[in-house]
Amino acid sequence: MEQNLWSSRQSEQWRIKVGLAEMLKGGVIMDVTNAAQAKIAEKAGACAVMALERVPADIRAQGGVARMSDPKIIKEIQDTVSIPVMAKCRIGHFVEAQILEALGVDFIDESEVLTPADDRFHVFKHDFKVPFVCGCRDLGEALRRIGEGAAMIRTKGEAGTGDIIEAVRHMRAVRDGIARLASLRDEELMTTAKELGAPFELVWEVAKTGKLPVPNFSAGGVATPADAALMMQLGAESVFVGSGIFKSGNPERRAAAIVAAVVNYKDPKILAEISEDLGAPMVGIGLDELAESQRIAGRGW
Amino acid sequence: MSDLRIGLLAFQGDYEAHGKALARTGIAPITIVEVRRLSDLEHVDALIIPGGESTVMGMLLERFGMFEALKTRIKEDLPVFATCAGLILLAKNIEGSEQTRLGVLDVTVLRNAYGRQIDSFHSPVRTSIPQIGIIDGVFIRAPKITAFGEGVEVIATHRDAPVMVRQGSIVAATFHPELLPDAPLHRWFIQSLLSKTQG
Repeated sequence: MEQNLWSSRQSEQWRIKVGLAEMLKGGVIMDVTNAAQAKIAEKAGACAVMALERVPADIRAQGGVARMSDPKIIKEIQDTVSIPVMAKCRIGHFVEAQILEALGVDFIDESEVLTPADDRFHVFKHDFKVPFVCGCRDLGEALRRIGEGAAMIRTKGEAGTGDIIEAVRHMRAVRDGIARLASLRDEELMTTAKELGAPFELVWEVAKTGKLPVPNFSAGGVATPADAALMMQLGAESVFVGSGIFKSGNPERRAAAIVAAVVNYKDPKILAEISEDLGAPMVGIGLDELAESQRIAGRGW
Repeated sequence: MSDLRIGLLAFQGDYEAHGKALARTGIAPITIVEVRRLSDLEHVDALIIPGGESTVMGMLLERFGMFEALKTRIKEDLPVFATCAGLILLAKNIEGSEQTRLGVLDVTVLRNAYGRQIDSFHSPVRTSIPQIGIIDGVFIRAPKITAFGEGVEVIATHRDAPVMVRQGSIVAATFHPELLPDAPLHRWFIQSLLSKTQG
């Protein structure tokens, strides 16, 4: 039975990629734009940093085309911290991905936060030695990305808003999708795969195991320790925090508090203690204030 | 006999994978305890320190006031099985790093010694445990043991370099036996605990 699963037929290289994702569980991955911020993140207990040119809130505010970071910044960050360094490439921009791999980043985020380079196709991630993480809004999208070779999935949320509602929606959608598959009979799985737009073999595996074959983290909108703990209680295995830290009043304290919240996500007493006196959170934008055209979670095919 | 209570240091990393590996050993009865605070530590018969980020684990041990208590219990012979980041956390010396460590294992380690993630690899590891022999080693951003003291016994090597060591009640590996489909080293660790308790 186990031999029939998609994941058990993957290469050793795939296992090593997913292995790093396993090591990042129960942690916080923080967006940083320079070496000084990376140092603050590492000292606060980040299990990895995401190197990017502008945090999502600034991309949103400033507009324009958002691209892969300057390799110089990535290298400076790599030289500053000992934890894994991730970086973002545009959706479908496999040359940015090749460049990031050549730089030796530990994980590539093929991210909707940057301006997509392709409006139909994502990067074929099995071709790379470096692991990829991709965003999703529901189970079908998650399984398409895994089928392309993603070693980690993160629910998208709505980056740069500080509003958790989309992150919650996407995490619940993935969970509901998994629960539904697990309840189906074998003859129902092919049509369901067609409806989900997902590879049949992955649909089969999720139906049989009741879980994704790679870790599932949460992203997009986490601004407080309570937000991080909420996503963990909803089933996230780690949390990405973008603008929520360095757009807040006291990044050091807030970063450390979010790390502590992810560890103690089931303990409201401790959550109360660590939520105290953190300074102002990022101001944020409510989802309702955001026009459809300004929403980025819809990027991804 | 009451259940063996195995603690998993559950701050960060692949502690769930260790829990699943323990289940795969098929050895019953084991109770798995996720250790996140001092009171969790008081009731365990052994502790697994998983892979993950050693800087995060060290920092959280201090932040949650568990550092001294854990160090004391290990010195009083709490059996410990540590992998990758867990080994770094136990090490006496970490080359070029001031990070928090328990310092109870007399080795010097170099972090990320093989390179970055693209240099992570799978390769056979030769153990000196007769019933295990050669197993698959999964090395992910792995450290190297660059020196070790007299009281340290090497129990596995990769290309003649030490990758798993034992000192007193501590067993520590630079690779990830918890990610293998079977769990020979976990079985061996648990069996060695059982043979001790049964006298």
